Formats: sequence, structure tokens, C-alpha cells
Amino acid sequence: MADIESPLIASAAKPGQFVIVCLSSAYSERIPLTIAGSDPKKGTIRLIWQAVGKSTTELGHLEVGDEIENILGPLGKPTHIEKFGTVVCVGGGIGNAPLLPIATGMKKAGNKVISIIGARTKELLILEEDFKAISDELIVVTDDGSYGKKALVTEPLKEVCRRPEKPALAVAIGPAIMMKFCCATTKEFDIPTVVSLNTIMIDGTGMCGGCRVEVGGQTKFVCVDGPEFDGHKVNFDLMMKRMQAYKKQEAQALEEYNKKHKCRIGLDK
Amino acid sequence: MTDQEKLLQELLEKHKAGTLKPADRYAIPPQLMPAQDEIERRSNVNEVATGYTETQARLEALRCLQCKNAPCVQGCPVKIKIKEFIAEIADGNFQKALDIIRENSLLPAVCGRVCPQEVQCQLPCTVGKKFKDVNKAVSIGRLERFVADWGRAQHDESIPQIAAETGKKVAVIGSGPGGIVVATDVRRAGHDVTIFEAFHKTGGVMVYGIPEFRLPKALVKEEIDQLEKMGVKIVCNFVVGRTKSIKQLMDEDGFDAVYIGVGAGLPMFMSIEGEHLVGVYSANEYLTRANLMRAYDFGKGADTPIAMSKRVAVVGGGNVAMDSARTAVRLGAEKVYLVYRRSEKEMPARVEEVHHAKEEGIEFHLLQNPKRILGNAEGVVTAIECLKYELGEPDSSGRRRPVPIEGSEFTIDVDTVIIAIGNGANPLIGQTTPGLELNKWGNIIVDDNCKTAIDGVYAGGDIVLGAATVILAMGQGRTAAAAINEYLKNK
Repeated sequence: MADIESPLIASAAKPGQFVIVCLSSAYSERIPLTIAGSDPKKGTIRLIWQAVGKSTTELGHLEVGDEIENILGPLGKPTHIEKFGTVVCVGGGIGNAPLLPIATGMKKAGNKVISIIGARTKELLILEEDFKAISDELIVVTDDGSYGKKALVTEPLKEVCRRPEKPALAVAIGPAIMMKFCCATTKEFDIPTVVSLNTIMIDGTGMCGGCRVEVGGQTKFVCVDGPEFDGHKVNFDLMMKRMQAYKKQEAQALEEYNKKHKCRIGLDK
Repeated sequence: MTDQEKLLQELLEKHKAGTLKPADRYAIPPQLMPAQDEIERRSNVNEVATGYTETQARLEALRCLQCKNAPCVQGCPVKIKIKEFIAEIADGNFQKALDIIRENSLLPAVCGRVCPQEVQCQLPCTVGKKFKDVNKAVSIGRLERFVADWGRAQHDESIPQIAAETGKKVAVIGSGPGGIVVATDVRRAGHDVTIFEAFHKTGGVMVYGIPEFRLPKALVKEEIDQLEKMGVKIVCNFVVGRTKSIKQLMDEDGFDAVYIGVGAGLPMFMSIEGEHLVGVYSANEYLTRANLMRAYDFGKGADTPIAMSKRVAVVGGGNVAMDSARTAVRLGAEKVYLVYRRSEKEMPARVEEVHHAKEEGIEFHLLQNPKRILGNAEGVVTAIECLKYELGEPDSSGRRRPVPIEGSEFTIDVDTVIIAIGNGANPLIGQTTPGLELNKWGNIIVDDNCKTAIDGVYAGGDIVLGAATVILAMGQGRTAAAAINEYLKNK
């Protein structure tokens, strides 16, 4: 996690939007990261990411005071926030980060917010306190039961959908597979569901089309038409395949980076 | 002395004596563009066409008949004084030639390389008409490039004269060819100019799109450096419409005028089965990965990956299709097919690019078009199914309409498909700028001065014209800059 000074983006950012980060102009890749919060007064935005590839690992090796050469944003359409009634916000893993400003916005707009946050295991659960502060009800689950209830997020989601006071809207952000099953769950109860997609991008402004997904049988660009879509219409299977496109090269890049990078505090030992 | 040099000497003597007849000029062989070896260049990204020698340039210049009516100028979107600059080349006055070009064009090194001369200045050339072959017209583009490169080699660091500061601020959105021209012309008038670029590097299509082997990046950088020397401010990583709106730039940041030159927008796909498979790229994505992000150096420093393709099908017949196909060759593809639904005659690509593409072993599949893209269980492309076409009656573009032949389906095994069939307008500026008028395709509507429906806001290039060229964008930039300067005079 890092707070990054970028006054222009901080004052323009709205819940649901993302930035593109490019660590150095010479050779770095451009990666999309959803904004987890912004403070226009301080001029900072908050980014929370998981080190999965070379660039996210490299980003994690920056220290307080270091500079990031390029940040572009805020990109994508902001979340549509209004008073819906009861809104159930479901976050998984790193997806809890972009979910927080949306849940906060929903609460501020007068909704009753039920948050379900999950992670694979206790160490990977983030922002619990923040969600507690803005939710009317908070349900915490872990896959392995090391914290909260041992369950996948879909289990409490189903329980919430069954309640007499049926949620008017669900927002689900997390790994594609989680969003897919959340949507399958809410579809049974006919609850409109918004998902936020984080596909592979380059420019983030509509030019490359690499981020395209199939929504309701039509081609949509996550960067300019999204990142949020009607989850019941998204073709998740296709999207998950596309996200694997560079798996081999990503692994190669990370391996080479790790070989070169010697951790200064001994985490690689 | 080489034969060429001897020929030039003889011709120059006649020229000086005033006895050089049109018949002598017609007899000069058209000078071919020297190029990198066609096998060697397939494994490097260096520029393919290496440029005329002085002797070649002067010989080619002597082919020009110096027609009274100079039909070539009518074919030039920025009306360069072609006959005059060519006369100076013949006389060996390269500096004068350059000065003449510069009166009308700011980026001769770029235009000499990427303009589609055979449909512009070289199309009406009398020499070409005489031989009934546009490819035998005087090579105006190559001469323009020669002069520009000669100028670059002189390391002339001088910058254009700039009028006294007016204190008025102009925002230029996009650092492509149009934006560069507007910034230069408006700055010359003494206004305070800031260019906003969404990418982390400047140059627009000249950097992300047109490959190094056709337009070296160093050349684009020189143009940008020149702008900075003139005092133009450049802000990268700023997407107008998101980071700030045009209204905010004008109301909060005090910009008196704005030029929108945001270029190509959303890449078009074909709405056929299989377009979401892994290995299907828009040309924009493929070229951006390769050029801007330098994916050809993946594993050697660059972090951006690109498909490690062996068999590639490129769909389309324009310059972007040629660029994609030739990039694929350089990235190691063993077989590259170019699938185009019309015949070679209708191809919008520059003749030289088609020629170079063929030399590099790209296989042309003409009068064919994909029907669907096939993939395996992992969602990865395995083949492309095509239909054969024949040409029917001319359509609205005047070109004969391709008509599919029923039952002619066949497949080509490929692992990568690159779609290069054009771009739609980017909706971002339109969506975030109330008052702007757009046509049904989302392109910005402007008047003859490139002014939009909003006072002080001008636009040009692809966002206005749909698919255009570098030179058309520059031409509109010129028009818009003149209008902006006029507008600010009275403001």
C-alpha cells in the first residue's frame, strides 16, 4: 500500500476510477491499478496492490519519498452512486481496496451498507477496520478459516440475498472467478450486480482495445466503457482466458527481476 | 567518378548552358530509394529506406520539368512550393531548398517519409503522366526527405523567431503531428503554449504507431526538443477529460484557447466470432506494445510482453496493416499473411510500404476476408476462417465493392490475428465537453477554420477527419493555429 502525491488526480478522482502506473519511461510496462482512496486536501491518492508480477513487485520495493515517473488518471467512469436502499458490497482479496471508496460513497448517499469481505487467509485480509467504520453490518470470511468465518464470500452473500429485506444492489470486486460466482448467486435472486474489471491494458484511454470484454454479447472496453459493468452480462470465462495471455512472459520477467534484486531487509532469505 | 556522377556532371553542364531539354530530363532514370538488405532487415528495427545520396537527389531533381502550372502543388495538403525547392536541389542549394519547404511544412523529415505521395503531389506530376505511371513521377517525397535529412546533419540549432510575449495561454491536447504544428505556429506568435499528452512519451502516432523502421523515433524527438527550446511546455500523463476537463483548463487554469488533436480513437473490430481469443490484437495494441513499449526488447530490459508469434494474419490493406505485418516479421514470425478484402489496386497503403512488405516475405491474400477466428480450449487462436471475395459495383468511396463468394470458406492456421481496419472516434472529449458538436460517428464538427461549436476551442486531425494522415493532421493544425492567433488578437 502507498499514498502517492498527485494533487491533480487526487482532486479529480471519484470512487470506481483507476490510474495507470509506469515506473520508468524507458522500458517499464503500464499497469492499471484501482484507486483505493483519495485525499484532495493532502493531494494524495491511495493505491493498494498485490505483488504478483515484475512491476507490482518493483512497486513494492519503493520506499517513502521515492518517486514514480508516470501516473495517469483518474481513468474510467466513476461508480454510479445514489440511494438504492440496501447495498451489499462484496470484496475479495485485493478487491477490497477499490471496494472501500465505493462502499463509503454508498453509505454517504444514505444506503444501508452490508459489507462482506474475504481473503484466502488471515494475513491477506485488508481494510477490516475501515469497512467496519462505514458498514451497517460487516461479515468477514477466509477460505481457510484462519480468521472470521471459514467460507467463500458467496456463502454469506446468498444468506444476505435470502433475507426478507432483499438488497437493492450488489457490488462485487475481487478475482474474476469470485465475481463470476457472486454474479451467479445474485442472479438467482434477481439482484442487480455491479462488478469492477481489471483486465490487461496499455494506454487506458480507449486506444489499444487490449482490455476488451464481452458484455451482453457486445465488445466493450474496460478503460472507457467501464471499469464497472452489469455483472450479469459479463462473459467471465472469456475474460479469464484473456487475462492469462502473458502468464508465461510475466513469470519470466518476475524471475529475472528477482534474480537481480537483492532484498535489503532480507525478505528473500 | 561513378557513372551516376558522370551523368550528373553532363546534365549539369547542359543545365547551366540552358540547353537541357525536356527529352533529356525524361531520359534520366528515376532514382530508386536505397534500402537495407531485404533479408537482413527482417531481424532488426532500423530504418529500411536509407535515403538518397546527393548525386541521386540532384539527378532526381533534374527530372522535374519545372512546369509553369506546377500541378504537384495542388496535390499537396500544405501547398509546399515543390517546383521551387526542387530547382534549388538541382542547383545544389540545399539550405535554400530547406528554407522553401519550411515556409509551408514544419516536419519535412517526417512527411518525406510517411506522406502517401503517390496519391498527393506525385499523382498529378507531368513526368508520371508522360510515362503513364505514377511510380515514374518525380519522387518529391524522397527529395523532401533528402533535404530535411541534409538539414539535420548540419546540426542547425537555431529556433524560429518568436514574437513578443502576449501573456495569452493556449492548451494543445495531444502531441502528435497536428499538435506539434499548432504548438509551433501559436508559440511563434508569442503565446504561452502547453501541450497535454496522455501517454508517458510525446509524439503521438509517430511514436506509438509508425514503427522505427519507417520513422526513426530520434527524428520525432528532435522535433519535440525544438518545441521545448522555443519555450513550449509539455505535460505528459495528463488525459484531458479525466485529469481535467476542457472547461476546467479554460475557467480554472486560464487557457484562452484550446486545440484538440487527440488523434485516433477506439480501434474497430469486425464483430466476428473469436475476436476475444488470446492472440487477437487491434493493430493499435500490437504496434503500441512493439513501438512505444519496446516489446521487441522484452527480456532484454523492456517489461511489456507481446505474443511470440510464429504464424500471423493481419487483416486490412492500409499503412497500419503493413506496419503490423512488417513488425511481426521483425518480432520473429515465420509466416505473415496479409488478408485484404479488395485487390491490391484498392489498397490504401503507400506503394513503397507494399513493395517493402512483399520484399520481406509477407504473403498477400487478396480478395479474402475473415469470417471467424478459431481457437482451442484455452481460448488461444489456432486458425482464421476466410471467405473469398470478388469485386462488384463501385461503392460510396468510389472503390469497387467486395462481394463474398458463397461457399468459398477456407482456413489458414495462425497463432496471432491483428485487426487493422481503422478506428472510431474516442468518446472521452465528447462526453466531458458539453457544447461540443459531434457527427454521428462521434467526430468533432468544425468549420473551415477548424473551430468547434465552442468559442476558443479548435480541433483537427483524426478526431475531426476520422482516419487521416500525418500530413492532413498537419494541414489542419496550420489552419487552426492561424485561426487561434487571429482569435487571440481580438481577445
